[in-house]
Amino acid sequence: MNVLVCVKRVPETGGRVTLTDDAQDIDTRYLGFTVSPHEECAVEEAVRIVEANGGAATVLTLGPEAAADQLRDAMAIGADRAIHLETDGRDWDPVATAAAIVDAVRAEADAGTAYDLLLFGNEAADSGDYQVGIRVAVTLGLPCISGVKALEIHDGVATARREAAGGWEVFEVPLPAVVSVREGINLPRYPSVPGRLRAKKKEIARSTPVARPGGPTKVRLRLPAEQERSVEILGSGPDAAPAVVELLVRLGLVSA
Amino acid sequence: MILVFVEHDGAAAGRSSLEALTVARGVASAGGVPVGAVLFGPGASAIGAGLGSAGVTTAFLVGGEALDAYAPAAWARVLGALAAERGASVILAAGTDRGNEMLAYAAAHSGAAMAANCVEITPNEPFLVTRQRWGGSLLEEARLDGSPRFLTIAEHVVEPEPAAVSTPVDVVVVEPEPSAEDLRVRVVGRVAPEAGKVSLADARVVVGGGRGVGSDGFGQIEELAGLLGGAVGVSRVVTSAGWRPHAEQVGQTGTRIAPDLYIACGISGAIQHIVGCKAAKAILAINTDRDAPMMSKASYAVVGDLHTVVPAISAEIRRVTGR
Repeated sequence: MNVLVCVKRVPETGGRVTLTDDAQDIDTRYLGFTVSPHEECAVEEAVRIVEANGGAATVLTLGPEAAADQLRDAMAIGADRAIHLETDGRDWDPVATAAAIVDAVRAEADAGTAYDLLLFGNEAADSGDYQVGIRVAVTLGLPCISGVKALEIHDGVATARREAAGGWEVFEVPLPAVVSVREGINLPRYPSVPGRLRAKKKEIARSTPVARPGGPTKVRLRLPAEQERSVEILGSGPDAAPAVVELLVRLGLVSA
Repeated sequence: MILVFVEHDGAAAGRSSLEALTVARGVASAGGVPVGAVLFGPGASAIGAGLGSAGVTTAFLVGGEALDAYAPAAWARVLGALAAERGASVILAAGTDRGNEMLAYAAAHSGAAMAANCVEITPNEPFLVTRQRWGGSLLEEARLDGSPRFLTIAEHVVEPEPAAVSTPVDVVVVEPEPSAEDLRVRVVGRVAPEAGKVSLADARVVVGGGRGVGSDGFGQIEELAGLLGGAVGVSRVVTSAGWRPHAEQVGQTGTRIAPDLYIACGISGAIQHIVGCKAAKAILAINTDRDAPMMSKASYAVVGDLHTVVPAISAEIRRVTGR
């Protein structure tokens, strides 16, 4: 099994962000970076599949020079090698991103590495475009299952489940295939110290693709209006219980 | 024509699709063009015929056994073909799992751009959209070029409103022959929801627990949720620690909820959590920290330790209701 897993470097935000003066990006001067959450799980899934079936897991990113950190993180938990499609750090739209990944997959095939499975996160945490995996699949003529939270590989067939209306929908496709996963498909392991040391010695194949934008075209970013509510304090500690239940009755959630 | 992919459960159109239709009417009237709806699967005919109240003038009902089960590539192929045949300028869907997936396929099939989770559309030249990034904690203004334009409407952003005047609906049945290649991906099985379990996305009340609950404190949260006929929701810290299943996560990488009341217990309120619960009509925060970010998003608050406050609320509900 050859598995390719595509990840994106995104800032680690927890509170309200600030923007750069030109409103083109988040001001990341005081922020750390990480792999987008769904993709963190995609890396873990790739490593587990290779552990169970043999083969190799390759991690790919399209991003600035510093995104090599995220490739090392993925290799520290078990990815075997990495492909870095290096950019100048500006956002690439989903059409351009998918095209560059397709080119990389084809170049790998020409060099003798054909992938059985291409894993993506369902959507990147920052841009949230919901389409890169599907575009790659359509261009390569591969089947694609999105939003996957459980995946099994048996005899060249991928069986996947995703949440739907409180239950699950089940899909089944032959390999090679594209699967985009969601957080919750697994609990990613933490990298070990030996894992980090091994990752330093693993190969990163670098290239600098040329963007072929297809839209949407970012004009500017802005912060949504703050939804400050005026908070009514109902009380302190367990003594507040009667006031809370009065509220529940008022809202029609408890009938006295 | 503005063409809208309408999701339904066999009995009624989905709320998110009705939201998308509300936006579609605005775009259509700005351009002086009609609104068409595309529906798939069993039960579509009565729902499609009834969409006049949402301003739909043509309902396309896609039939044929091969397309009854959800098959994103094949369904999107039909949507794209109808759009081309009718000269649709804009193709719209709700920003749901299926809506985003279908439009990504349809856009990829035609080599066009697609904008996911829009909150505002300015259908002039240039055609501008405002769309959600970071689950809605950041907005992007973007230009969408070319024709047709593919976009989805973020859920819970507009109220689904009926059209001012109900329109007569022309019902058109189509039975396309999907290709085997497009049918490779389709739903081959279903697992029904657990009997009696309230779905997090649809619950009227959600009782949420965060780090403050602790690994073994969720019995109290479940008890209160049970008394209120609601669902349990948790923050990302809780699922990342493996304390509760991921299906209960509220937030950017979990479920977006829109209950009448969200009771957030021991949740500090990271932005990724806030975007998942901001569609709640009211929020009650229970927290020891008066300055927690969750408190500034709440309509009501109790300052105190959830481990004593939550059982006291449950006891009071029992006392008042005599249960």
